[in-house]
Amino acid sequence: MKQAAFEARYRSNWLAFEKHLDRVLSRSAGRFAKASKLKSTDTDTDTDTDPQDGEGPVDFSFSEAYRQVCNHYALAQQRGYSVSLLDYLNDLSLRGHSALYQSKTNFRYQLIRFVLFGLPQAVRKEWKLVLCASLLFYVPMVAVAVGIVLSPELAYSIFSPDQVSSFEAMYDPAADHIGRERKSETDVAMFGYYIRNNIGIGFQTVVTGIIGGLGTLFYLIYNGLAIGGVAGHLIQLGYYQPFFGFVSGHSSFELTGIVIAGAAGLKIGFSLLFPGRLRRINALTTAVAESVVLIYGVIFLLLIAAFVEAFWSSNGSVDFSVKVAVGLGTWCLVLSYFLLVGRVREA
Amino acid sequence: MLDTRHSIETPEGIALQLTVAGPGVRGLAYAADFMIRGVVLTIFSVLFGLLGVTGIGLLTIFAFVLEWFYPIFFEVFWHGQTPGKRFMDIKVVNDNATPVTWSSSVVRNLFRVVDFLPLFYITGLVCFCVNSQFKRVGDLAAGTLVIYNTKRKAFKFDSGVGTRVAPMPLELQEQQAIVSFCERVPQLSPQRSCELASILAPVLGEHDQQAVDALMEIGNGIRGAE
Repeated sequence: MKQAAFEARYRSNWLAFEKHLDRVLSRSAGRFAKASKLKSTDTDTDTDTDPQDGEGPVDFSFSEAYRQVCNHYALAQQRGYSVSLLDYLNDLSLRGHSALYQSKTNFRYQLIRFVLFGLPQAVRKEWKLVLCASLLFYVPMVAVAVGIVLSPELAYSIFSPDQVSSFEAMYDPAADHIGRERKSETDVAMFGYYIRNNIGIGFQTVVTGIIGGLGTLFYLIYNGLAIGGVAGHLIQLGYYQPFFGFVSGHSSFELTGIVIAGAAGLKIGFSLLFPGRLRRINALTTAVAESVVLIYGVIFLLLIAAFVEAFWSSNGSVDFSVKVAVGLGTWCLVLSYFLLVGRVREA
Repeated sequence: MLDTRHSIETPEGIALQLTVAGPGVRGLAYAADFMIRGVVLTIFSVLFGLLGVTGIGLLTIFAFVLEWFYPIFFEVFWHGQTPGKRFMDIKVVNDNATPVTWSSSVVRNLFRVVDFLPLFYITGLVCFCVNSQFKRVGDLAAGTLVIYNTKRKAFKFDSGVGTRVAPMPLELQEQQAIVSFCERVPQLSPQRSCELASILAPVLGEHDQQAVDALMEIGNGIRGAE
């Protein structure tokens, strides 16, 4: 068949498909598009013989028309038709392709699924990496804290004298506030600060893992040392109450969030170092796709941590014992969440 | 390597051609987004400034969301385009040309941090240059491509201006060359089309505008137009 005859025979089909495509793509603009909606109209199959009927939204079979366009594109290529026709059919197929293969997302369902199944299951699945990240984080932290308690001058080899005196001032029991010097109306301001700072660090811990895990290693150890250093110095000064009172509430969420970020970063780094039987690039994309759940987990945990830190931890009117009890409670909550939740096979 | 066309195979058994967007266009799109974000942030910092200390907190949260999630929201909800990308007529798709998903958008935008290192997207630029699909690190990690939006120009189903039999049997490639020429004539200057057609003067026995007309008619014949 010559090109002109081919065009004359099928152009009405293509134009009908084009028209339908416009409607579909404009309808899905700005919304979660549901390809299934398009497919549900997939009832009649006579577009091939009677393209005029294909104009209506009800009896137009999208997938049928799309497959026909693909078929025509392949035919046109094989028969050596002209470039402009090939380009036209390519564009048409491409737009049909992106309209048909949209992923269906139900945000609320996904969120609930993530909290009840996705996150705890992913953390348990990657338990080796989580353990690895925990060791890299907690070992330097505890070591430096113990070291400073034993020989206090060690603090000055980690922090500058200015830094030391600033966090001494923050947690001074003689002061009428704990944490960073502020009043309660600054709660929201601090919430914003914690979100931006902590989640930013979480993200960096994850993505710098792509340098063979080195960036993640750095962030884990560095943060471990910094937190341990502050803790050790304050314990050695005898500032238990303000310090533990302040950190107990959000520590479970924040430290676990950092560890999970570390696990995700290490996973990405290891995929490049030890790709196994895959090509490095494929190993990377696979590892990244699997650690997306962990990344969402980091956001989730650090959001909670920022909220608790801004609105609860800094609340000076709550008794020390209550704060520690709540802190222990949240630790139990976090641990049992990751150990127990989502064990049931999802329905 | 110099060809920016990239072909992917679909489940329907056809090879779709995508035109991958290069560093220049993407840089401009990024610059546009950067400016938009700057303007929005300035406006909001004035508005939140009226709210005092609480406003600072809200502003910080807003700046955080703008910094990390601006591209993600737009890519997911706006057919793979941020305003800057729409301005440059490019869009993000998954490697298999399906619309970009939450996960891949989140990943490609978080890895921006790595692309930026050590400064001004040097890593990203190097990465652009060492793979054939102009992917930065984030694109590699997420499995995404940035392509030109397909053109929406209407296809001309034109009928011709008479036909003529070619002076000799033509092979497929020769036929395609002539038809391509005919399709490009409207975009060429008359002088240029005459110049091109005159190359075939020894075969056609015609010159200049006559040669163009002759080729148009032969092309029509090949396409099978009346």
